[in-house]
Amino acid sequence: MIEINEILQTMQMIREQHFDIRTITMGISLLDCKKNTDRETAEAVYHKVTTKARDLVKVGCQLESELGVPIVNKRISVTPVSMISGPDPMPIAVALDKAAAEVGVNFIGGFGALMHKGSTRAEETLLEAMPEVFAKTERLCGSVNVGSTRSGINMDAVRKMGHVIKKTAELTADTDGFGCAKIVVFCNAVEDNPFMAGAFHGVGEPEVVVNVGVSGPGVVERALKEVRGQTFDVVAETIKRTAFKITRVGELVAQEAAKRLGVPFGIVDLSLAPTPARGDSVAYILSEMGLEMAGAPGTTAALAMLNDMVKKGGVMASSHVGGLSGAFIPVSEDIGMIEAAAAGCLRLEKMEAMTCVCSVGLDMIAIPGDTSANTIAGIIADEAAIGMVNNKTTAVRVIPAPGKKAGDTVNFGGLFGYAPIMEVNGYRNDAFIERGGRIPAPLHSLRN
Amino acid sequence: MQKALVSVTGKDRPGIIAKVSTALFEMNINVLEISQTILDGYFTMLMIVDMTVATAAFDAVAAKLNEVGEELGEVINIQRADIFDAMHRI
Repeated sequence: MIEINEILQTMQMIREQHFDIRTITMGISLLDCKKNTDRETAEAVYHKVTTKARDLVKVGCQLESELGVPIVNKRISVTPVSMISGPDPMPIAVALDKAAAEVGVNFIGGFGALMHKGSTRAEETLLEAMPEVFAKTERLCGSVNVGSTRSGINMDAVRKMGHVIKKTAELTADTDGFGCAKIVVFCNAVEDNPFMAGAFHGVGEPEVVVNVGVSGPGVVERALKEVRGQTFDVVAETIKRTAFKITRVGELVAQEAAKRLGVPFGIVDLSLAPTPARGDSVAYILSEMGLEMAGAPGTTAALAMLNDMVKKGGVMASSHVGGLSGAFIPVSEDIGMIEAAAAGCLRLEKMEAMTCVCSVGLDMIAIPGDTSANTIAGIIADEAAIGMVNNKTTAVRVIPAPGKKAGDTVNFGGLFGYAPIMEVNGYRNDAFIERGGRIPAPLHSLRN
Repeated sequence: MQKALVSVTGKDRPGIIAKVSTALFEMNINVLEISQTILDGYFTMLMIVDMTVATAAFDAVAAKLNEVGEELGEVINIQRADIFDAMHRI
């Protein structure tokens, strides 16, 4: 029999500490939608997505009500569109956007390409279409994989993505470049990530699958309040225990959702995903560990431990753990990160160091509007190098907000939050970026 | 057994147990355990119930309890006990 104090603990986690299931994401393969023309493909895509995901939102809402735990987002990821698109990817983009609206999900991810070793013609065309697509669509997100530990870094793709981000910002200048919030540039992208904007349905995945992303930075912060002044051994143990409890609920939701939707359960992604709400911040966990603000010396060590303990606690709680699994450190989506960036305690270079040990990378960072495409490409290359050498996923999601300077603020609203514009090192790198070609895979890629 | 937790939050007043258990009885839901406590400064009553032979679907039970809650001026929620089992039991 469940003890009353355990019931109260769960209720407090949900009511006071913002514990929630962040997303139920249905992955749908579009490989069988490819037809002779892009228009026909678009029709097939719309039909498949609206058919497969018809009950997704309904089931999500049912589970939310029955289990009493908020399920914040219901989303869809699809096969990277470049695998089914031809000379004109726009109709497919519009069809995906329309399908997302039709089934009631707020985001659909997958308008992207896997180009870590080179590109196909369809991928080149898709990249060119990206700025206009993200300016025109509302719910569509996309990602491009430009590197991997096994294959090195495709520097041509890196350079092009600098231009894609720059142009997308210009085309969405009326919303401070918000189009860029829907583009992620990855190294070592994962095929089963349920979180946006980087979710896509990998080619090794089944026809349809359900992945669940848990969250709960507030719950971890609260648990750490109880062990103030105690050693790191105690802190580590506390994070593990908390991560275990959070993940168990994720597993329950994932299994139930898969059963009701009649599709296989994929993975639970054990991430600490913050929101701009007070008490839902990863940076505050770092503060609770004893740092005045995120960015203070010691931050990277604190984050490394947090990230590792989240995995160690969660891995026993679920039959299949996957996705990105770790602590996210977006700037605009985390009140503690926003405060630290605004105070000047957290700089881009420190964030880069943090991405060596967090779950992903430079996320939701607003930079000055006059940052050049090559500078953005340089930031992408650095991040990809960290991912490639350390055998981890890294990503860049930066927003060069048109007309804004370092110190200004942009507001994206809702879960995307607001952010101070962070200063970018402006020294030139054009000759480096314009070399093109491929940075070879590191020695430790040869593991066979 | 299909267990659920009914939580009643608000001000302590006479008749809460009577009204809630009457509603549950009418839907053939058995009360297994009752406990009262103060949570976040609010009176909170927790009931663990068995819905295995309930005559109404989960949604309908939740709606009915909501109605009783409005009558009493209390917030009444029901959730499946699976979430507590998942979180606290291996």
